[in-house]
Amino acid sequence: MKIKKNIALSDSGFIFNPSSGESFSMNPIGLEIIKMLKEGKEKDDIKKVILDKYQTDDATFERDFYDFANNLNHYLLTEIDG
Amino acid sequence: MDKKKITIAVTGLNAVDNPGPGIPVIRALRESDYFDARIIGFSYESLEPGIYMHDLIDKTYQIPYPSAGTESLIQRLEYINDIEHINVLIPNFDAELYSFMKLEDTMKDMGIHMFLPTMEQFEERHKVNLSAYGEKYGISVPYARTIFSTNEIYGLTADFTYPVVVKGKYYDAGIAYNPEQVVTYFNKISSKWGLPIIIQQFIHGSEYNVVALGDGKGNTIGAVPMRKQFITDKGKAWAGIAIDEHELLQMTYDLIKKTKWRGGMELELMKTKKNEFYLMEINPRIPAWVYLAVGAGQNLPEALVKLAIGDKVKPYTEFKVGKMFIRYSWDMIIDIEEFEHITTYGEL
Repeated sequence: MKIKKNIALSDSGFIFNPSSGESFSMNPIGLEIIKMLKEGKEKDDIKKVILDKYQTDDATFERDFYDFANNLNHYLLTEIDG
Repeated sequence: MDKKKITIAVTGLNAVDNPGPGIPVIRALRESDYFDARIIGFSYESLEPGIYMHDLIDKTYQIPYPSAGTESLIQRLEYINDIEHINVLIPNFDAELYSFMKLEDTMKDMGIHMFLPTMEQFEERHKVNLSAYGEKYGISVPYARTIFSTNEIYGLTADFTYPVVVKGKYYDAGIAYNPEQVVTYFNKISSKWGLPIIIQQFIHGSEYNVVALGDGKGNTIGAVPMRKQFITDKGKAWAGIAIDEHELLQMTYDLIKKTKWRGGMELELMKTKKNEFYLMEINPRIPAWVYLAVGAGQNLPEALVKLAIGDKVKPYTEFKVGKMFIRYSWDMIIDIEEFEHITTYGEL
């Protein structure tokens, strides 16, 4: 999954899609993940970072990442919609 | 460099909840680095707020409604022009454009320049002709039909799926979910704006608009797309944001190139969930949100005035994406003498 190149990410968690004019607010963990996606990291790389850094388990990460990815697709923030 | 002195007349001073473009156009002209403008307001009603905005408008004159005919309009313009020596007029209402287009040559002889669409461009993009327009220029438009009588309403189900949009020839629209609601809107809108009434398939989606200026030779002098962020109950943008939407800009450039559009224009579009744009309407004038384009780096009213007087205009190639406008209301306190003056003498 790739985040569209023109999506602007701010350190405050404010996300701006210049094509649609829509903006979103992310919590710190969401921002951390979307930044990694924008850098081109794959899901497994992101999972490793999150599991190393936070007290969570593989199944919880998978479920939450799936939800998060769905939201990113839904709001047309990814290169391949849907 | 000294600014060029010029006298510009502007209509559309009704900065109300369904605002005319006059005040934002004047603000743009006041901020021009090229022109030092004396601004003459043309009003129709005594309570148009712009009449009383003396920091923006130097003098206002009432002019007759378009329904009074071009003869009384030209008489009034001759009187005003003898005093003010107007160089350029920017009409901002759909309903008055026809009269001014007809008078363009006469007014040019008086020294008043305009930069309006041709009669053909004006008629072709009319709401009533939009389906044919979309087909001719390769733009998706919602299916639409014009009707002249309420008898035609119950037969609409053969061609439409409810809801449908019921539109007036010039202004006003409503979304109807059944034939009874179509009848209600038909009667309400036709009593105000006349016939025909346009029935258009309702398109679900987000509203996008583009303000643009064509030089009449196929070149786009400037264009800024905007997404409405806050919409009033009259469907007007109360807040919006300048966006970087390549498809919309390309559509605008193509349309201006193919039609050789002359003057300001506003494209109203709907974007569906499948990311398809449908053209809902073309307004043959500058829209009321034009000041966003100025804020984003394109002073389109200034460019329009340059085109009108034949000065060189460099096309704008960029604008600041993410610039937003948020409208607000403001209570002015005025003295009864001012109201008395405009009401009695027709000028202030």
